Amino acid sequence: MDFIRNFPFFSIIICMFSGIITSVLSGKKARNLCIGAVSIVTILSACVLFYTMQTNVSFIYMMGHFPAPWGNEIRAGILEGVLATVFSLILLLSLVSAYHRTEEDIEATKLNLFYLLIDLLLSSLLAIIYTNDLFTAYVFVEINTIAACGLIMIRQKGRTFGAALRYMVMSLIGSGLFLIGLSLLYTLTGHLLMSPAKEAMAKIIATDSYHMPVLIVLVLMSIGLAIKSGLYPFHSWMPDAYSYSTASASAVLSGLVSKAYIILLIKIIYRVVGIDFIVTSKMMNVLFVFGLVGMIMGSLNAILEKDIRRMIAYSSVAQIGYIYMGIGLGVEQGYVAAVYHILHHAATKALLFISVVGLSNVSGGSKLFPDLRGAGYRHRSAGVAFAVGSFSMVGLPTLSGFISKYLFATAAMSASPKKVFLTLVVLAVSTILNAIYFIHTVVTIYTPAEEEKPEFERHHWREKPWVAFSLLLFIALNFALGVFSQPIVDLITRGLQMFG
Amino acid sequence: MGSNLLVNYESVTAVILFGIGFTNLLLQKNLIKKIIGLNIMDTAVYLLLATQGYIEGRMAPIIVNGNTDPSLYINPVPSGLVLTGIVVSVSVSALMLALTIRLYKRYHTLNLDEILRHIQKEGH
Repeated sequence: MDFIRNFPFFSIIICMFSGIITSVLSGKKARNLCIGAVSIVTILSACVLFYTMQTNVSFIYMMGHFPAPWGNEIRAGILEGVLATVFSLILLLSLVSAYHRTEEDIEATKLNLFYLLIDLLLSSLLAIIYTNDLFTAYVFVEINTIAACGLIMIRQKGRTFGAALRYMVMSLIGSGLFLIGLSLLYTLTGHLLMSPAKEAMAKIIATDSYHMPVLIVLVLMSIGLAIKSGLYPFHSWMPDAYSYSTASASAVLSGLVSKAYIILLIKIIYRVVGIDFIVTSKMMNVLFVFGLVGMIMGSLNAILEKDIRRMIAYSSVAQIGYIYMGIGLGVEQGYVAAVYHILHHAATKALLFISVVGLSNVSGGSKLFPDLRGAGYRHRSAGVAFAVGSFSMVGLPTLSGFISKYLFATAAMSASPKKVFLTLVVLAVSTILNAIYFIHTVVTIYTPAEEEKPEFERHHWREKPWVAFSLLLFIALNFALGVFSQPIVDLITRGLQMFG
Repeated sequence: MGSNLLVNYESVTAVILFGIGFTNLLLQKNLIKKIIGLNIMDTAVYLLLATQGYIEGRMAPIIVNGNTDPSLYINPVPSGLVLTGIVVSVSVSALMLALTIRLYKRYHTLNLDEILRHIQKEGH
């Protein structure tokens, strides 16, 4: 059983090697290799999850056998296991369920590069989830940014270059701030490994000798990561980046990439700075307020959109706001709710982006609402998938969105009185706004079209059984997150306890 | 408070450079100048790291004459970080430059505003 301790490292290195091999393969072979590698990583991550559930402590894997405080470490616990498993599963489903679209969107000679970038992306996501070293986290954050930028601009049509440029500039600003915060943190604590850094940090905080520098480090790191994950005022790159890249890429970008930075922020809060200092500093209130504003503004922008994919992209802005609101509450349950919301949003948003492809394919490739009328009848599996995703976003019971809203509301109860009021009001308003645009869209795709246009096609699921099957799995994942919410929330709570 | 500024003049320089690079990256309209800003910003961080690792009057951490007393040597970790950081910033700059070439070939300008205007006109 102890052999499983190697699995986090194996899963990172498998992705990297399959990426290297992919670069010399043809498109189809590259796809099969990439899907194979991601499947293996999913299984390995599930093994890590079960192993840590049984031992109930997180384990440390020394890279290169240098002990702390000098060596580089991987650390895996229940939370890391859950995140790695769900992320690689969602990546796998997004790849399989839109592979035909990927092949249409990308030139045949560049197809293997797409899968190379996917491999690189997954390895950097896993490394950010597992690493226990601050500088390693920074390096993989940059690798993640490069891979994500490549995924945006590999579809060389429409506005993707502009979107990639905006994404790159915002990301670089974010990582610059993060890097200087990291350097200052290193000069304060003298450690790059998170656990020794926390001990040094506890001493600094206890003596109160460097109050201002610690605060500045915290501000720089939180703002840097907030910019990279697209918190409200820094969201300008999101709609373009998510709506013009190919479907698998948008699903992965909005579902997983922006979440990796939030996980890193939670990791720094828990493992380096310590949650007590965070609560007493006012930093979390800033994130809380930006989160609230993002929840409302993202939804308002989404209501105004006429393009279905841009609407979903703006909805991502709102959902990132939810997560930062949970972090900003400054209570343990807030973090549980935030992590649950990360899982919920990853599953649901990927489902929405993938199902929209099916809907727009049968409507002559249009993404505008008037053309999408009746698309739910023309492509039944995508229609059902979109409806389930929308209901989950709105928060219908038995779906994951309901549970995450419930968790946020209960978490707010143990926060300070002002925050309780604000959270509940904004949560209610945001739910109504969500309902307005998502229900409207579902009604649109199920309103029969007034006239049959020649570009309309009918799609039967038997034409592409793999796509229908993976959409079904996506729907099942959404229901599973909603129905088995109690065990999952217990896992997250236990994971967060051993996270620090 | 101001007295520390002179003692830590390297760090002060680094922070000023960081500010220059950051504002350039954020506000410049010209893409090449944006990338130069990015490089200034990254270099400022490396200056900060390198100066924090250096201790005056000590040697490079290479053992000479079997002398392993750590108080003789400077801290080698920040230098390692600087090297890694340079590699990261080189690859990011290369990507940005490649993107700039692509945009220039398509829109024949380096001005970000004009590029965005073209893209806006192009539609979907």
